[in-house]
Amino acid sequence: MSKQRKAIALISGGLDSMLAAKTIMEQGVHVEGINFFTGFCVEGHTHAIREKDKAKPKRNNSLWVAEQLGMKLHIVDVIEEYKNVLINPKHGYGAHMNPCLDCKIFMVNKAKQWIVENDFDFIITGEVIGQRPMSQRKATMPIVAKESGADDLLLRPLCAKNLPATLPEREGWVDREKLHDITGRSRKPQIAMAEQFGFDDYSQPAGGCCFLTDKSYSAKLVDLWKSQGHKEYQLDDVMLLKVGRHIRPQPNFKLIVAREEGEGRFLQGYKNEFISMISLSHRGPLALIDGTPSAEDLYLAAQITARFGQGREAEQVDINVTMIDGSERTLQVKPIKDEDMPKAWYV
Amino acid sequence: MVCITGCKKAHNITFILEPFKYKDTTIMTIETLNARRLLCPLPVIRTQDKVKQLNVGDRLEVICTDPGVMQDIPAWCRINGHKVIEATAGNHEYILLIEVGSS
Ligand code: SF4
Repeated sequence: MSKQRKAIALISGGLDSMLAAKTIMEQGVHVEGINFFTGFCVEGHTHAIREKDKAKPKRNNSLWVAEQLGMKLHIVDVIEEYKNVLINPKHGYGAHMNPCLDCKIFMVNKAKQWIVENDFDFIITGEVIGQRPMSQRKATMPIVAKESGADDLLLRPLCAKNLPATLPEREGWVDREKLHDITGRSRKPQIAMAEQFGFDDYSQPAGGCCFLTDKSYSAKLVDLWKSQGHKEYQLDDVMLLKVGRHIRPQPNFKLIVAREEGEGRFLQGYKNEFISMISLSHRGPLALIDGTPSAEDLYLAAQITARFGQGREAEQVDINVTMIDGSERTLQVKPIKDEDMPKAWYV
Repeated sequence: MVCITGCKKAHNITFILEPFKYKDTTIMTIETLNARRLLCPLPVIRTQDKVKQLNVGDRLEVICTDPGVMQDIPAWCRINGHKVIEATAGNHEYILLIEVGSS
């Protein structure tokens, strides 16, 4: 009896990687999933933070996919290693701060390391030629295979018939005839396949599953890098970019103002690391101050904090200021008027 | 029966002082993982990494603040052959007790 081959499937939580894994499982290959957590994955985060999202299901789509397919899923924390991908992408960024091609190369390379360590035979991705303008073009497919070091151990079941045969096909571990030839941006073939396999309720997020493809998030990331004068970041920095209104009145400081209760609770957790402000005289949001504000800057920040509370029309609002060392004081301020807050302050 | 705590009174309760034994062979350990402030999937990743260091039958208590864990950790356990013994929520904390399976 021939040996049962083993493949690791890169699982993003979307439909394509689910279909790719299923296609190979159908051929009797043992498939397990691998999902990389870069720190920028959309999964759950904003749901967890924002009160208004509480009603939405909070499922993690990668776990959901794995469960639907009846396969194991390995979730790998790549936050630290990913920094180099995002900070110095050899192939540059996409429409926003998404270094998709370098990211794919990085992930396939990690998967290659994983199959070597775990005695698996090959790697599967849900890539489709022409699906994404930067990372999924016919010209980029060999680049990913080559630069990741996976070479012909990388099989893309959804578009394999449009690509040269890989080792699993040549060796007969999988039947090339039963693979697919999907190209382009139309989702119809995938939707038809999903129906055929009986999958419904799968995830097809409009903006993908990564914050780096989001325009407003990318703007906040660029602002962070610009303000600190370098591109280094910590996980907390990138988490905070997902939360609240970010207002930068001066290059040396910005405010992160909670938009609702859930965000306020989340920001509370950072009170030991940032100066924080909250109105004492009126109901209002918690604001964190990031940077090195002067005493005058703090006064301006208090006026802005007051503007987002119920005292916005009041003559005077009492704002509690808590410094990082825990010392507190109260500033009595007149809330800033809308017309005095230029649009450019909003990051 | 004389009380084994040393009070020398007769009780009809027996105190079991031996460590709990799982399947009569393995001594079960209970570990705690503090995953407060972490957002999903980080509590799942930390749980996964901790479970790798434990033996079949060991238990892990995971304390989280992201409500998403009530969905994600049980899903991860189902996929990987572990069991959620108890899941409790209250005061913005979510605590899951997991028994390590044989996967
Ligand atoms: S969308 Fe994000 S996770 Fe996906 S390839 Fe691009 S950078 Fe990587």
